[in-house]
Amino acid sequence: MSGIEVADLCKRWGAVAAVDNVNFEVKPGTLTVLLGPSGCGKSTTLRLIAGLDSASAGAIRIGGRDVTHAPPAQRGISMVFQSYALFPHLTVEENIIFGLRVRRVSVDERNRRLKKASELLGLGALLQRKPSQLSGGQQQRVALGRAIVAEAPVCLMDEPLSNLDAQLRHDMRKEIRSIQQRLGMTMVYVTHDQIEAMSIADQVVLMRGGVVEQKAMPPELYSRPATTFAARFIGTPPMNLVALSNGTGGAVVRGTDGPPLIEGPGDGLLLGLRPEELRVGASGTLAAEILAVEYHGADSILECRVGDQTLMVRVDGVLRNQIGEKVWLSWADGAAHVFDEKSSRRVDHRPIALGARSEDNRVLHSVS
Amino acid sequence: MSKLSRLQSQATPWLLLLPAAVLLATFTHIPAVTTFINSFYTTPRGARPARFVGVEQYQSMLADPVFLAALKNNAIYALGTVPLAIGLSLLMAIIVNSSIRGRALLRMSFFLPTVLPMIAVANIWLFFYTPGYGLFDQILANFGFSSTNWLGSPNTALPSLMLLGIWKEAGFFMIFYLAALQQISPSLAEAAALEGASRWYYFRRIVFPLLMPTTLFVLVNALINSFRLIDHVIVMTRGGPDNASTLLLYYIYNTAFRFWDTAYASALTMVLLAALAAFSFIQFGILDRKVHYK
Repeated sequence: MSGIEVADLCKRWGAVAAVDNVNFEVKPGTLTVLLGPSGCGKSTTLRLIAGLDSASAGAIRIGGRDVTHAPPAQRGISMVFQSYALFPHLTVEENIIFGLRVRRVSVDERNRRLKKASELLGLGALLQRKPSQLSGGQQQRVALGRAIVAEAPVCLMDEPLSNLDAQLRHDMRKEIRSIQQRLGMTMVYVTHDQIEAMSIADQVVLMRGGVVEQKAMPPELYSRPATTFAARFIGTPPMNLVALSNGTGGAVVRGTDGPPLIEGPGDGLLLGLRPEELRVGASGTLAAEILAVEYHGADSILECRVGDQTLMVRVDGVLRNQIGEKVWLSWADGAAHVFDEKSSRRVDHRPIALGARSEDNRVLHSVS
Repeated sequence: MSKLSRLQSQATPWLLLLPAAVLLATFTHIPAVTTFINSFYTTPRGARPARFVGVEQYQSMLADPVFLAALKNNAIYALGTVPLAIGLSLLMAIIVNSSIRGRALLRMSFFLPTVLPMIAVANIWLFFYTPGYGLFDQILANFGFSSTNWLGSPNTALPSLMLLGIWKEAGFFMIFYLAALQQISPSLAEAAALEGASRWYYFRRIVFPLLMPTTLFVLVNALINSFRLIDHVIVMTRGGPDNASTLLLYYIYNTAFRFWDTAYASALTMVLLAALAAFSFIQFGILDRKVHYK
């Protein structure tokens, strides 16, 4: 088994840096997801690891061996392409064993691996078909089969599920994860889908504009986002970022006169609150006014105004509150994140114990 | 009333088809059928009307040395030019499909022969082949060769025409190959490279099979073109010397419009048509099963 090390990796096209000083490590037998919006350099990074593009600077080590300038075939990798890259004139079987033929693997060994892969993926009945006679999901399996029979220690996946419908995407992602774990593959997986990333990754490398925003395990990425970008990219709807300002006794939400939420000055800071961690009630910390309600089925999204800012709040089920109604928002200790507005980085903060307020119960009366 | 309207609704499509049908019939179908019928008669001359002679025209072909020479020349021409033109066009398409400098210029210069009028091209090449001071002799003189009468000697007349034919056809077929190559997703090459396939292996196992529909199409067209060639012959050699460069269509043209033996020319035309039809059927029949269509 071999891990991957990516050190100070750069790829420039003229003056544009598509990948800018990227560093991360993939431990043997684990799955790392390169996540980010389109154009963030995640696919380019994968292509650099595969050797399909050449790095402008930096190093790539696979299994401890420097492969930065090695041709793709000598890196000990297999790859699944976004378009699957199946050979249209070859049968499923020929597609899967294409690489084994190239490498002159013996017929017995070839048949053994083909049998194993086709059983694993349920392709047995389709081996003599041409790719054009297969559905998208089946084509995806063939591409996966081709990667599996290579028995390469490292498998690279370039948005493998983006051409499938939602249900299939969900099933295939579980299947890919289980195959990866069963075969002990080291996998790098590129996607722009945060749910895909969170659900299968051992490690997520979040990228934007060619640089790594944060690399962390999924729970940490969610609970301790390092930047405002990471905070808003993970989670649906994205985290609320509200501007703070200096107030008496600490920082307050800009446009309100209190209460103080964190110690120290508030100017230039952003307070991050996840919509799902906010609670709406007759009493709470922040006074808010409901601007809009969006019903989603299992939950509803409320748009609330606090001071001069707007917050999203996720509440279970159907909400009976009316638009224009005054409510109170509250959250658990430790649910708040603070970021520096300029650098967009996370900053440590000391929260002030939040007492519930309800401003002489006026709100309560109008509800009931 | 309803009968009339039904008649009208049936007549309308026929009326719409009529102009095209008239043109096709006048210039294609009726002449073809007439040619077929004429080939069983003698050529009418003055007061002597045509007389039915059955397959006599066809029998006389077998004893006609010029026809046999034309047939042989055409076979040589086809066998020599078709594979070379196809191979060259594929090579040129691969070159201009790669990311090299001056790609647009190369594409244009490869395709140029197709755009130029055949007669003009033949005249330019006539100059290339001029003994003594033509392009080829001037180049070869540097290597100590004496001047050659390229178009004037029986050994070199047909090969000289073939060279021009290859140059002319390859650029045209290149366009088809280029279009087909651009249909092949670049990720296939990447997938093959990841598996360790050499460029030659990739070409042999992936690119070439995927180009087969194009190759078949080009092959059929190249073969038909090689049997339809006449303008170069007229401008450059007039079939000479001693019928060394006479091709079938040129012979038919001579028979029909210079010797005015229209019945014999009709029979020759039928033979040519039958041969071309047979080629096409064989090619599509045999190769089609092996060709992968998307």
